[in-house]
Amino acid sequence: MARAGSGSLPRYILQRILLVIPMIWVILTVVFVVLRVAPGDPVSAALGGKLNAQALEQRREALGFNRPLIAQYWDYVSSVMHLDFGTTFSDNQPVLRVIRDNGGATLSLTVAAFVIALVVGIPLGLLAGRFRDSVPDVVIRLFGILSYAAPVFFVGFLLQLYVAGPLGLPTSGDASPITVFQVQPKTHILLLDALLSGNGAAIQDVLKHLVLPATTLGLLICGIFIRLVRVNMLQTMQADYVEAAEARGISSGKVTWRHGFRNALVPVITVVGLQFALLLGGAVLTEPTFNWPGIGSKLVFYINNRDYGAVQGIITIFALAVVLISVIIDIVNALIDPRVRF
Amino acid sequence: MRRVAAGLLKPFTETAGLARWMLVAGVLLTAVFVVFALFAPWVAPYGFAQTSAHGVAFPKLGHPDSQHWFGTDRLFFDVFSRVIWGARTALEVVVLSIFFCVVIGVPLGLASGYYGGWFDRIVVLVMDAMYAFPSFLLAIVFSFLLTNVYGGSVVAVSLSLTAVYIPQYFRVVRNTTLSAKEATYVEAARAIGATDGRIMRRYLFGNVIQSVPVLGTLNAADAILTLAGLGFLGLGIQSTDAAEWGHDLNRALADAGGGVWWTGLYPGLAIVLLVTGLTLVGEGLNETLNPTLRRRRLLPVVMPGRAAPNLVEEERS
Repeated sequence: MARAGSGSLPRYILQRILLVIPMIWVILTVVFVVLRVAPGDPVSAALGGKLNAQALEQRREALGFNRPLIAQYWDYVSSVMHLDFGTTFSDNQPVLRVIRDNGGATLSLTVAAFVIALVVGIPLGLLAGRFRDSVPDVVIRLFGILSYAAPVFFVGFLLQLYVAGPLGLPTSGDASPITVFQVQPKTHILLLDALLSGNGAAIQDVLKHLVLPATTLGLLICGIFIRLVRVNMLQTMQADYVEAAEARGISSGKVTWRHGFRNALVPVITVVGLQFALLLGGAVLTEPTFNWPGIGSKLVFYINNRDYGAVQGIITIFALAVVLISVIIDIVNALIDPRVRF
Repeated sequence: MRRVAAGLLKPFTETAGLARWMLVAGVLLTAVFVVFALFAPWVAPYGFAQTSAHGVAFPKLGHPDSQHWFGTDRLFFDVFSRVIWGARTALEVVVLSIFFCVVIGVPLGLASGYYGGWFDRIVVLVMDAMYAFPSFLLAIVFSFLLTNVYGGSVVAVSLSLTAVYIPQYFRVVRNTTLSAKEATYVEAARAIGATDGRIMRRYLFGNVIQSVPVLGTLNAADAILTLAGLGFLGLGIQSTDAAEWGHDLNRALADAGGGVWWTGLYPGLAIVLLVTGLTLVGEGLNETLNPTLRRRRLLPVVMPGRAAPNLVEEERS
C-alpha cells in the first residue's frame, strides 16, 4: 500500500465512514463520563423536592443507577446503537419522541436561517473580497464582525423591540393557536403541513412567525459566510491563474466572475457543513428568545429542570447529527473535488 | 526586553492602512473594557447587587435618569453598574479559562508529543473528540454538570470554557513539541544526560509557549460569547454572585414586550463592543501573521549605485 486511499472514491468513502466509528464512540464516552461518572446525583437533581427518599431510591434502581458503572456504560452505548436515547427523568418521555415532536420546528428554523445567511452572506463576501480595502469592503466587514459579535438573543431582543411592532410581526411561538388548530399534523413540520393543507391564511401565519427568528439566526451565520467568502476571494484573486487570465487580456469583469467568484466558492461547501454545529448552538439560543417550540427550547426546559436523562439524550443526538453531517459533507466534497481524495 | 517589545509591536509595524486601523480600534475597545474590569468598584456608582443607596430603594424598571444613567431593571439593580461589573466577570472568566487551558493543555501536549506511543494516541483521540463535539453543546454539558454539583460560579463557568478550548492548546503545543524535539540542541541535551522532565521544562517549554498568547486572543472573543450564551440559558453565574451580561439579557427579554429597552440594550451593547474589539485584534493579528493574507508595507527600493557593475565585473575576472 503506497498511499492510503490512493484516489479511489469508494475507498475514500469507506475510510471516512470507518473513521466515524471511533469518533462516535469517544463522543458517547465523553457524554457518559461527564454526566454519569462525574459526581452529582441525577435522580435527586431532577426529582429531589418531589419524592421521598424511598421513592427516589426506587427510581434510581429502575434507571439502573445503582449498578456498576461499567454495566451502565455498556447499557448506554448499546442502547444508542439501537437508536434508543433513553427517557427523560422529569416527565418520563422517550427522548426520541421529544425530538420527533419538536424537531420539525427546529428544522424549519435552521433551514430558513441558512437560506437567509447564504443569500445575504455570499454576495457581500464576494463584493468585499473583490474590492479589498475600499469603502464597501470596510462597511461589509464591519457588518460581518458585528453580526458575529452580537449574541442571537441580543439581536432577537432588538428585533422584538424595534422591528416587530412596526412590521406587525409576531415575536413568540411558531404559529397562532388558530393555525395550529386548523392545520392537520402530518409531517411534524408545521410549514409543510400548512402548505399541504392549502390554507392560505395558515401559510401566511406560519411564515410571519418564521421571519424574526430565522433572521436572527441567519444573521449569526451570515457573518461567518462573509468572512469566509471574503478571505477565499482574496486568496483566489492572488492566484496564478487569475494573473494569467489578466495577462491574456481578459476583461477584469470577466476575470472576476469566471476565475475569481467561482473558485472562491468551492471551499465554502466544506465550511457550510462545519457551520451546522454553530447553527445548532445558535438554535438553542434563538428558540427560547422567541418561545420557538423546537428542540432548543426543550433542552433549556430540561436544563432548568436538572433532567440528566433528557440532557444526555438530546446532546447525544445533536453530537451524532453533527458528526454524520460532517461525514456527508466530506463525501460530497470528494465527489466534487478529486484532490480531496488523495 | 527590546526584542519582546519589537515582537509585540510587529503587528503594528508590519501593517498599513486599514488593517492597522482595525487593529488600533480593536486594541482601544478592548482596553476600555479591561479598564472597566480592573477599576469596576471605582467606575461603577453602585455594587452589582445593590438595590438601595442611602436608605432609598431603587425604583423597579426605572427610566434612565441622572441617578441611574442606564435605568434600573426588574430586580431593582442599577443597569450601568451591572454593565461595568459585567466587564470584570467577563475578564475573570476569560483569564481563568486561558489559565486552566495553559496549566492543563501545555503539560499534556508536551508529554504527548514528547513521549508519543499509546499515551499520545489516547490523548489525541480524546482531544479530537472534544474538538469535534459542537463547542457550545460541550460548554452546556460541562456547565450543566458543574452548576448542578458545585453551583454556578466564575470558576465553574471558566472550567466549562476550558473544556471547549483546551483541544486547540493541546494540538498546537503537541505539534510544536513534535518538531522541536528533533532539534539538535535537544539531542545534545539528551546526550549529556538531561532527564526527560528537564528537557521538557528547559528546552521545549520555551518553544511551545510562544503560540499561546495568539491562541488566547483568537479565542477570547468566542469565549465571551459562550459565557453570555451560558448565562442566557441560566447555566452561568447567579445574578447576586456577580453581574453577567448574558443572564441580564435573559431577564431583559421579558421587558421587551412592555417597551422597556434599557435593561437589555446596554448589556447587549457591552457584549457586542467587547467581542468586536477582540475580533478586530484577532483579525488584525491573523492578517499580519498569516502569510497568505499579509500585505506588507512596501519599503522604498533603493537602486544600487555605481558599485554594482564593478562587483559583477570583479566576479567575472
